[in-house]
Amino acid sequence: MKTLADLRAVKEKAKQEMAMREQSAKYRISVAMGTCGIAAGARNVMSAILDEISKRGIQDAAVSQTGCLGCCDQEPLVQVTGADNNTITYSKVSPETARQIIADHVQAGRVVSEHVFNMG
Amino acid sequence: MRELALNILDIVMNSVEAGASRIIVAIDERASANRLCVRIRDNGRGMNEEMVQRVLDPFVTTRTTRSVGMGLSMLRQIARQCGGDLTIRSQPGRGTLVTTMFQLDSLNRPPIGDMAESIVNLILGSLDVHFFYAHKTDAGSFTFDSFWLFGRMAERNCQIVEMTSPAKKYIKEKLKSIASKAIGSA
Repeated sequence: MKTLADLRAVKEKAKQEMAMREQSAKYRISVAMGTCGIAAGARNVMSAILDEISKRGIQDAAVSQTGCLGCCDQEPLVQVTGADNNTITYSKVSPETARQIIADHVQAGRVVSEHVFNMG
Repeated sequence: MRELALNILDIVMNSVEAGASRIIVAIDERASANRLCVRIRDNGRGMNEEMVQRVLDPFVTTRTTRSVGMGLSMLRQIARQCGGDLTIRSQPGRGTLVTTMFQLDSLNRPPIGDMAESIVNLILGSLDVHFFYAHKTDAGSFTFDSFWLFGRMAERNCQIVEMTSPAKKYIKEKLKSIASKAIGSA
């Protein structure tokens, strides 16, 4: 049984690792999780992304969630930011599309052009 | 939204956006008292009295603030349709407590739904927030701390995303073991 102090230490260590990973991550993936996104299915999109990254053993991707991006009719929205800080926004993302984004864009570096949304 | 777990995810996202570093989700499901209570407490930036009034008005809030919108008024409406209500207590700089009550056997009450999905996704998407989830029923209680994930991750020496499905499975099993026998329960 671990003490609370042990757990704190573990968490701190994990946090540092996470911060390092975040900095060195080749891709940052952000799922819009506002009311509109959630109502459109963002939770399952998030689950699919986490599952696919885990299954593929992708090491250089960091996942996070954000609020409403202001394009509620296009939800669920997923943004993928590369090391060059160039962000691609995908709209009306289904869990299947999300898996494709991880496989094609995040792992193979090919943008899934048929689902790209231009935020203007 | 078809399940309360999605509404809960939505309200917790307000806490995340309010800069909370600690968020507690407590569900109390009492068939004996015919009551379902969901409390979401955070240590985020909080709101003054005027703001608390405004966040419950769907037409004022959606266009004026980004941190809060339709979510709270929608959940309040569901609660009221189920013989309950939603109340907010908040203090600027201290945090916010959102309490939602439902009559457990109300025919209008959506199922609780998949809390494991909501909680684990929240943790994975906001790694710097400390989450605590407590679920009580007449049959028992279960608590989950986001430390659990970090502890297991260290033990297995794996990536945090690899903890997603073990964590979801663990929460689902624990919730099943305390599942209320009430009709219409999740």
